[in-house]
Amino acid sequence: MKIAITSTGQDLSAEMDPRFGRAAYILVVDTDTLNFDVIDNAANKDAFKGAGIQAAAAVSDKGAQVLLTGFCGPNAFKTLEAAGVKVVNDVSGTVQDAVDRFKTGAYDYSSAPNADGHW
Amino acid sequence: MIISIASGKGGTGKTTVAANLAASLDQAVTVLDCDVEEPNLHLFLHPKIHTRENVVAPIPRVDMEKCTLCKRCMEICRFNAIAVAGKTVVTFPELCHSCGGCSAICPEGAVTEMERVLGIVETGTGPVPDMGFAQGLLDVGQVMVPPVIRKVKSHIDTQGITLIDAPPGTSCPVIAAMKDTDFVILVTEPTPFGLNDLKLAVETVRMMDIPHGLIINRAGMGDDAVYAYAKEQHLPVLLEIPFDRKIAEAYSRGDLIISRSNDLKEKFQTLYHDICRLVDAQRCAP
Repeated sequence: MKIAITSTGQDLSAEMDPRFGRAAYILVVDTDTLNFDVIDNAANKDAFKGAGIQAAAAVSDKGAQVLLTGFCGPNAFKTLEAAGVKVVNDVSGTVQDAVDRFKTGAYDYSSAPNADGHW
Repeated sequence: MIISIASGKGGTGKTTVAANLAASLDQAVTVLDCDVEEPNLHLFLHPKIHTRENVVAPIPRVDMEKCTLCKRCMEICRFNAIAVAGKTVVTFPELCHSCGGCSAICPEGAVTEMERVLGIVETGTGPVPDMGFAQGLLDVGQVMVPPVIRKVKSHIDTQGITLIDAPPGTSCPVIAAMKDTDFVILVTEPTPFGLNDLKLAVETVRMMDIPHGLIINRAGMGDDAVYAYAKEQHLPVLLEIPFDRKIAEAYSRGDLIISRSNDLKEKFQTLYHDICRLVDAQRCAP
């Protein structure tokens, strides 16, 4: 299955980016093969509003079924939920760590956003 | 004659000026409270409210049976208020600026519009029968301020004098309040905060190309940097309201400050005539 992970860099050794909508990159990793796609989130990073909505749509378009991130706001969460992408909040460490821990079943899916929206 | 009263910094005395100028004039006047996020002019004028009307704005509604997930609605929306998420479309009414782009561009006719209530506008008459009054009140949780302000401004009296109490700041709500007015009174106070925000407000008014002048409230406190700035920028100081305990007490009781001093009432009348001289004389009421 494919999982999306917010990242400060473009490979699996990079530290995760705690932000979702305004993450530097989002890596969409195939948990079986460890092949991955890189979503360059630069345009969203400086978005005026709605960064999380755009990022959520992009993650869904790449076929990810799960998102691992630090903080996910209400609009991003609503979009991900509509797209059927499950969310795990409060994840940190490197992208590789997150993938490994996900595969051991260490994470519980979040039922709500864990950050406030921005106006 | 439409005069808007703005400030940059909050709490400098916009509402005090609006209420007292309105009550000082001998002519019929309409006063509009456009600070729709926290209208307080009514506390000083005690108007009788006669009408109450909803302010609505269109938001998109998507028919998923017609939608082909083409994303054109999502691409045209610069506020990210509509998004294709997997096999569905989600909308964010609170981000929507009601431009109608999504429904116009949808090739399938899947996006139609429905109404959302942003707030209300109340109209009435002030403490004297020939004073018109209107105020907007934004609903809790809403952030789209300009449509509510525009609705309040639909009550401008184009024949007589209208005073507009603008919100603080220099962003969209203030622009909406000051737009198409004949003159802007900028109320400031002689403090570093007052001066900093006054500069921003002056830049804004200049960009809008509206004649303007200053009222310095709480004159006597702080320093003289505001005066130096006014001189340097050739901004007329139209009135100074002294930093005086009697005035503060009247304000805190919800009384008009002109009720404590005939001198102040005359000054407000002079203020209006000075403004008339500064604006195109033809537009002023006799």
